Amino acid sequence: MATSPVSRGFHRLSRPAGADAAKLPPGQHTTTDFPVLSAGPTPRTPLQEWTFSIRHGGKTLRSWTWPQFQDLPAETVTVDIHCVTRWSKLGTVWRGVPVRLLLDQVEHDAPYVLAFSDGGYTTNLPIKDVSVGGAWLAFDYEGQPLAPEHGGPARLLVPHLYFWKSAKWVRGLELLDHDQAGFWESYGYNNYGDPWREQRYAGD
Amino acid sequence: MALDGNVIGGLLLEIFGSDMTSARATCAVCGTVSPVAETTVYIRGPGTVVRCRRCGSVLMVVARIRELNCVDLSGVAALETTRADE
Amino acid sequence: MAGTAVRGRLSWQVATVAAVSDETDSVRTILLDLPDWPGHRAGQHLDVRLTAEDGYSAERSYSIASADGEPVAITVERLEDGEVSPYLTQELRPGDQMEVRGPIGNWFTWGPDDGGPLLLIAGGSGVVPLRAILRHRQRAGSNAPARLLYSSRSLADVIYRQELDQYRGSAEVRYTLTRSQPPGWGGFSGRVDDAMLARIAWAASQRPLAFICGPTPFVETVAELLVARHYPASRVKTERFGGA
Repeated sequence: MATSPVSRGFHRLSRPAGADAAKLPPGQHTTTDFPVLSAGPTPRTPLQEWTFSIRHGGKTLRSWTWPQFQDLPAETVTVDIHCVTRWSKLGTVWRGVPVRLLLDQVEHDAPYVLAFSDGGYTTNLPIKDVSVGGAWLAFDYEGQPLAPEHGGPARLLVPHLYFWKSAKWVRGLELLDHDQAGFWESYGYNNYGDPWREQRYAGD
Repeated sequence: MALDGNVIGGLLLEIFGSDMTSARATCAVCGTVSPVAETTVYIRGPGTVVRCRRCGSVLMVVARIRELNCVDLSGVAALETTRADE
Repeated sequence: MAGTAVRGRLSWQVATVAAVSDETDSVRTILLDLPDWPGHRAGQHLDVRLTAEDGYSAERSYSIASADGEPVAITVERLEDGEVSPYLTQELRPGDQMEVRGPIGNWFTWGPDDGGPLLLIAGGSGVVPLRAILRHRQRAGSNAPARLLYSSRSLADVIYRQELDQYRGSAEVRYTLTRSQPPGWGGFSGRVDDAMLARIAWAASQRPLAFICGPTPFVETVAELLVARHYPASRVKTERFGGA
């Protein structure tokens, strides 16, 4: 099959990695904008109706309203994020509550969680990836309340995995005794999603 | 950004070998029958998600996994196309 | 189904840019040399694939701006943060190559056998496939009555203005300018609403065929307005454009 002709002068939008190359996982390139990718319409849950719940076996173990959530200790973090569609954004600044603090409020020994969101999106993670550190329930991005198209009022932030694991519009965590594939995981994406081992697809 | 089935005409041509924008799809959840061109489509994510415009259920997901188009049609109960001209 | 559905070719063909022509400050028409083009119906689109030196490639879809029988043309609007449109509207020159797949889309199309009266409603660059419909209608000598309502930010943003103004007598073309109007402007202003449609839309009893094209919010608002005016949903065809 003939190879595609080069379109003279065409190149990708983002700047070449250059000095940032060492910080990029394989196959990624940096972007200056913040692409909005979604699998469905942007939910618009009013804050007075918003809750975040931890559930297990059909029961809600603990739940927070927005004011209760805002009362929890939050931290500001600067992290790099990596999307499986190959763009990365370095040095993004978020404010959020460590998921560890939320999980510490319930008794659990479940090995896995399934994050669930308004609109039906789900994603699964080993509990260690959210209960020890490195995971936040984020509500501010770059000093501003998180915009709906980027997952506001609150989203999961798990920067050590591909960004589809950082579920937008998250409303809770279901504790799982057995691992269960979430949305993209059930459509051919990797069950874990470590960008540093380039675990994009099932079987990687 | 929500678009419609017109934008995936080329992708569906690649998958099905013929134009599918006029094909009528029956939603497995609510039973609505509509041309693929009129479904709600989300592109540019890890995959392309096609939803029923009436109830929002997922009709179809196409993910480009390595060199393959992985197509999940479990949200489509039935698909009707007109026969090709000879 | 009335008319002949053109079978799109599955494979990508190499297209050479024959000419480029600026329609407005941010919109350019590109004429393509496609030796194996099978012909197309008005309203169809084609997919473009660009490949960079490092092998990176990007694909986008563009409505075909020309009628069947004319050189294949697309009209591209430059989106400020876009990856492909700035290249197509500013860098691309005659002789450059791209890959093209199509024609695509048997739903949002019109041919003389489909009849009329036609109501074409365009939001911004959504005018492109509707212009192809008007060109095809004229070339085919169709006497299906046609009206175009074209919503644009300002007169300077109207694409194909001179050409559209020439339809006076054979098709009714009306503009609505949403952000600014020139002094003494006698046309419509502001967004398309029911009052505006009352003045231009065919009565439902005439069994019109409507085509709406533009950004998603525009298309959905207008489609709802037409359905509220008793246009059967099956006779309101929509095509939503999105940024990329």
